[in-house]
Amino acid sequence: MTASRADLSLLWRQIRSQNRTFWRTPVAAFFTLALPVFFLALFSVLFGGSEVADGYRFAQFFAPAMAVFAACSATFSNLSIGTAFARDQGILKRVRGTPLTPWIYMAGRIGSGVWIAVVSVVAMFVVGWSLFGFVMLWDNIGVALSVFVLGMSTFSALGLSVCAIVRTADTVPAVTNAMFLPMAFISGIFIPLEDAPGWLVILGDIFPLKHFAEPFGASFDPFHTGPVLGWENLATMGAWLGLGLVITTRFFSWDPRGSR
Amino acid sequence: MPAAITVKNLFKTYGEVTALDGVSFTVAEGEVLALLGPNGAGKTTAVETLEGYRRADEGYIDVLGFHPATGGRAFRDRIGIVLQETGVEEVLTVREAVELYGMAYSRQRPVDELVSLVGLEEKADSRIKTLSGGQRRRLDLALGLVGDPDLVFLDEPTTGFDPAARRKSWELVEGLTALGKTILLTTHYLDEAQHLADRIIVLAEGRIVAEGTPESLGSAQVVTTVRFSVSDTTNLPAIGDGPEISDGKVTYRSTDPTTDLYTLTRWATERGVELAGLEVSLPTLEDIYLDIMDEADTTGGQE
Repeated sequence: MTASRADLSLLWRQIRSQNRTFWRTPVAAFFTLALPVFFLALFSVLFGGSEVADGYRFAQFFAPAMAVFAACSATFSNLSIGTAFARDQGILKRVRGTPLTPWIYMAGRIGSGVWIAVVSVVAMFVVGWSLFGFVMLWDNIGVALSVFVLGMSTFSALGLSVCAIVRTADTVPAVTNAMFLPMAFISGIFIPLEDAPGWLVILGDIFPLKHFAEPFGASFDPFHTGPVLGWENLATMGAWLGLGLVITTRFFSWDPRGSR
Repeated sequence: MPAAITVKNLFKTYGEVTALDGVSFTVAEGEVLALLGPNGAGKTTAVETLEGYRRADEGYIDVLGFHPATGGRAFRDRIGIVLQETGVEEVLTVREAVELYGMAYSRQRPVDELVSLVGLEEKADSRIKTLSGGQRRRLDLALGLVGDPDLVFLDEPTTGFDPAARRKSWELVEGLTALGKTILLTTHYLDEAQHLADRIIVLAEGRIVAEGTPESLGSAQVVTTVRFSVSDTTNLPAIGDGPEISDGKVTYRSTDPTTDLYTLTRWATERGVELAGLEVSLPTLEDIYLDIMDEADTTGGQE
């Protein structure tokens, strides 16, 4: 699987085409980008009128959380739902009939998801900074970027594995949201888990989102003490990444269900 | 001429159902072969096996020198698949879709040329979701031809078309044959097979039940039909297994029309009987097809 120059050019064109399709699909663009921006604005207005602590406002903590939420939505939700619908309509089958190598097509979908995630993260920070007093801190930017790369890989693999296991396109959005939204709550994306019961904290520890959101948020937290990134963050995300890859490579099918 | 497709003894079962039961045929380069048969006859399984989407359980396959399931990129570079009712990104424009699906072929045809070949110039920059059904099928055709393929698979290219649109599509396919392309066509329309194909294979229950040129299939078992009306249907001569009488209409089926017609007309002139609306007709391909299907049913039932 050595990628030639021609392959990379194909990959680039696939990513661009996937992006074009994404931005022309208002529903996807709304849930991925507009909804987190709306949450950011709403929560910042509700809780963040004045300083939370020492010159920092609520958005300092909430903008990175919404950035993670949007990034996971751009990869996990979009890859599972988008790929499932493309398969259901026979688009994947059509692609399979052309000389385009399957991995280039999949990498195009993933690349597009990650690009949209990057756009979302930047949008959260810019909106947080311009309207709600978020201050960009550069000290831990390297850690934040590394966590982002691992998080994107993990949630891309998991998104495709949902599409690999759930074969009916109609069911995929429900399954995807039923996994993603509760996971967001128990991972402290919307509400801090300081007062949560112990079992809920443990439950959150099992899933990868918390291990993405906590070190990413800590990278921009001026009051954080100690190391930003823990080995358990890496280990948990790594384990879920491995699981996602195994499920996707073993069970993914290009055929629409019930094809003649 | 060398063979573009050679298959020998293909078998494929899905659980209890036998989709292909020992199918063998060849398609020469530049030939148009029609696979004809009712739903469930094994057409789709046969074609999708040749396209590389499915694997047969048993049998020998060679398509353009490749095994379709393992031929990969080099194989797909030389075939064009026109799929029936298969999705495409509807938010893209016609031009964008042709560029997208053409990008991986080594002999990509110029987009504008292809778009005008299928008559979609006016729609080149419109989103696909605004196309009519017929325009969509023409886009499918463009997407199947974008790599300038040597072998084209056409899966029921005119199902659901109105007669004018069918004629147009037939002209397009004839244009392809003029370029020397090999075409494997599936259809349930006999007239389509008759019109486009050099050779027809009739599949039923996973087996080839008839094979030949449209003309040879037509003459395989020529039974000429003779019809007329008479006022008095008693004392008609016995010819073949006739007469068949209903509502004053008389029908004979003859395998020796020259002799049988002489017998009939001599009988009529001797008695001064008028054979009103006398009609002598050769079987249509449809009649032959129905006969073949009947026979396939009968032999199938004896197993």
